[in-house]
Amino acid sequence: MKTHTLSVLVENQAGVLARVSSLFSRRGYNIEALSVGPTQNSEISRITISVNVEGHALDQVIQQLDKLVNVIDIIELPASTSHQVELILVRVAVANGASDQKKIESVLEKHGAHVVESTATSLTIQQTAKPAEIEALISELTPFGIMELTQSGVVAMGRTITS
Amino acid sequence: MGEEMTGAQSLIRSLENAGVDVMFGIPGGAILPAYDPIYDSKIRHILVRHEQGAGHAATGYAQATGRVGTCIATSGPGATNLVTPIADAQMDSVPMVAITGQVPSSAIGTDAFQEADIRGITMPITKHNYLVTRAVDIPRAIAEAYHIAASGRPGAVLVDVAKDALQEKVNYEWPKNIDLPGYRDHSQPVPQSIRDAAALIAQSVRPVLYVGGGVIKANAHKELRALAELVGAPVVTTLMARGAFPDSHQLHVGMPGMHGSVAAVTSLQKADLLITLGARFDDRVTGKLSTFAPGAKVIHADIDPAEIGKNRHADVPVIGDVRLTMAQLLPAVKAEFAKSQPDLTPWWKQVEGWRTTYPVGYDVPSDGSLSPQYVIERLGKISDPDTIYTAGVGQHQMWASQFISYEKPRTWLNSGGLGTMGYAVPAAMGAKVGAPDTTVWAIDGDGCFQMTNQELVTCAINNIPIKVALINNESLGMVRQWQTLFYNQRYSNTDLHSKRVPDFAKLADAMGCIGLRCERPEDVDKTIEAAMAITDQPVVVDFNVFRDAMVWPMVAAGTSNDDIMIARELAPDWDSQEL
Repeated sequence: MKTHTLSVLVENQAGVLARVSSLFSRRGYNIEALSVGPTQNSEISRITISVNVEGHALDQVIQQLDKLVNVIDIIELPASTSHQVELILVRVAVANGASDQKKIESVLEKHGAHVVESTATSLTIQQTAKPAEIEALISELTPFGIMELTQSGVVAMGRTITS
Repeated sequence: MGEEMTGAQSLIRSLENAGVDVMFGIPGGAILPAYDPIYDSKIRHILVRHEQGAGHAATGYAQATGRVGTCIATSGPGATNLVTPIADAQMDSVPMVAITGQVPSSAIGTDAFQEADIRGITMPITKHNYLVTRAVDIPRAIAEAYHIAASGRPGAVLVDVAKDALQEKVNYEWPKNIDLPGYRDHSQPVPQSIRDAAALIAQSVRPVLYVGGGVIKANAHKELRALAELVGAPVVTTLMARGAFPDSHQLHVGMPGMHGSVAAVTSLQKADLLITLGARFDDRVTGKLSTFAPGAKVIHADIDPAEIGKNRHADVPVIGDVRLTMAQLLPAVKAEFAKSQPDLTPWWKQVEGWRTTYPVGYDVPSDGSLSPQYVIERLGKISDPDTIYTAGVGQHQMWASQFISYEKPRTWLNSGGLGTMGYAVPAAMGAKVGAPDTTVWAIDGDGCFQMTNQELVTCAINNIPIKVALINNESLGMVRQWQTLFYNQRYSNTDLHSKRVPDFAKLADAMGCIGLRCERPEDVDKTIEAAMAITDQPVVVDFNVFRDAMVWPMVAAGTSNDDIMIARELAPDWDSQEL
C-alpha cells in the first residue's frame, strides 16, 4: 500500500482533532503520522495526515473527511508536486570514543544534520528533511545504537511551480 | 443591542426562532435553568418517562412531518440515555436536534456529579455536535444545528450547553446568516451527470429503479412516480423507502434485501442497470456484495458524495438532491427516448414471472392459532391509506413491511439502519404529535415493547392516542428464527415467557390505556375495529400469535442474493423460469 499525504484545513476549534482522528478509527483507516499546527490565518489550523490506503479507500477517506463540518478543505499532496518535511531528534550512543564520534560526524555531514547536545557517551542530533532522507539517516545511525528517537509527522505544502 | 436575558431564555428563544413547535424531554440539574423559560414558551414540551423515548419521539415526529425533531435532556445519564436514539436517527438520516445540559464549564473535566462528555461520546454518531460554554454562543449554535440537521443529507446534531452558560446574562441576537465554511451544499446535480445517466437509461433493456429512503427525505415521490412511469422499469423500495412509491402501482415489484420479494431481489440480480435513487447499497440489500447485481451498470444518485462508490462502484454518479436530480432527469430521458427507446417487454415478462410465481405469502398455522402475518395483513386492509405505521425491529417489522400496502410517503416509520428494538412506541408517540389527525399504529413485538412501553404513560397523560398492535409470540422472534435455521433449534435465551407475564392488557390498563387481547383468527377483524373505535385514549392490542412463524423469503446473512430461499430449505425453481 502506498502512503498518501493529506493536507486538511480545519477550523481552529476545540475538538477538531478528535473529530478527524475518530473518523479514521471508526472507518478503519490507519493513520501513519499526523501533525497539527497553525496557519497564516489564526482561525484555521492545518492537519497533515499520512495515511496508508489504496485508490478507492483514499477517495473514501477524503469524502468522509469532507463531511466533517469543521473541515474546510482537503488536498492530497503527492511527493512529486509538494515540499514534504519531517523533523527528528535522535540520541545515538558513542560507545567507542573518538573513532565512533568521527564516523557519526561524517554521517551527519553527509546528511546535513547537526548535533544539539554532546556528552562523553552520546550525541543528540536534530535533522529536518524529506521523509526518505530521514529514513536513510536513521538507518545509517542505527549501527551505532539509537538510544532514543522522536519523530514528527510530515508537514507538507504544495509547490508553487508544479510542472 | 438585543434584548437582555439569561442564556437559558436565549436557548428557548433560539429554539422558537428555529421553528420548533414541540420537544420531548426530561429536566434535571444541569438543564434546569432552561426548563424555567420552557414554562412560559409557546413550544409544547412533552415530559417523557425515559430520555430514549424522547429521542425516538423526536425521530418519529421528524419522519412523519419532514420537520426537524427535538429532544432535550440533562447532563450525564440524561444525555447518555439519548445515545441510542441519536445513533438511530443518524443512521437513518433523520433530522433531529438533541439539546443537553452540561455541568458548569468550571467543573467540566473534573468528573463532577452527572458529568459525561456527551460531545465526545456522540462525535461518531452525529452529523455534527457542539459544546457551548458561553451564553453569547447559544443562538448561533442552535441556528447552525437546525440548519445542519435539516439540510443536505439530514442527520442528528447535538448541542451540549454548560449550566453556567444558561445562567449567564446576555444580549439576545439571532444570527442573520449562517457561515459554515466547511459545510458544502451538494444539492445541484452537475448537468453532465444528468446527461450521462439519461444516456445509460436509454440503452438499458433490463433497468430497475432501486429506491432508498433519500427519496422520502427529499419529498421526491411525485418526481419518482413520473420517472418510473417514463422509464417503465420495475421499482423496488427499500425498507427505508416503503411508501415512496405506491405498493399498488403495477411497476412496483416489492422490497429488496434479506427479506425482500423474489421479484425485487431477482430483478436487481438480473438487471443491466440500477437506477439508484437515495439508497446506499446497505449489506441487508446487497447480500454478499461481490455477487450483487453482477451484470448491472450503476447510476447512483445521492446527496452525500461519500456514499458514491462506498460499497459499489458507480458508473454514473449523480451528486445532488434526488428531487432535483429526477426533475432534471425527466426531460433528459424524454429527449433520449425521442431518439430511441428500448423495448422492456422481454424484461417485464421475466419480472412478471417471478412476481406471479413467488408472491410474498405465508402458511397458516395448522393448529388453528393466530398467524402474525394475518394480523398485520388485516390491520393494513382495515386501516385507511393515510394511517402511519411504526415498527420495532425483528420479525414483526419485516412482516409489517411485507404485508401492509404502503401508498404514501411518511406512512412507514422504522429503525432501518441501527435496528433499534424499542423504536415503535416512542416513535408512534412522536408521529402522533406531529400528525394528530392521523391514525398511528405501532406494530411492535413483545420483546421490543418491553424495552420502551413506559411512554404509553406519556401518551395517556398527554392525550396522544396511539394504537399498539402487539405481535406477541412470547419470544425474541427473529433471533429465535436464526436459532431455528442456523443453531440447531437451540433456543438460548430467546423465550420471553410473555404470553401472560406481563399481562399486556392489564399493563396497558394500568398505564391509562385501553388493553385488548386477541387469540383467535376469527376475532382479529372485530378486535382491530374495536381498537379503531377508540380515539381518545391509547390502545394496546395483545395479539397472541403462533410462535414458530418465520419471515420468508430470506437471504441468509453473508450469502448471495442468488441463494434466496422462499421457505425453509426451499429455493425458487429457477429451472422452470426463463432466465
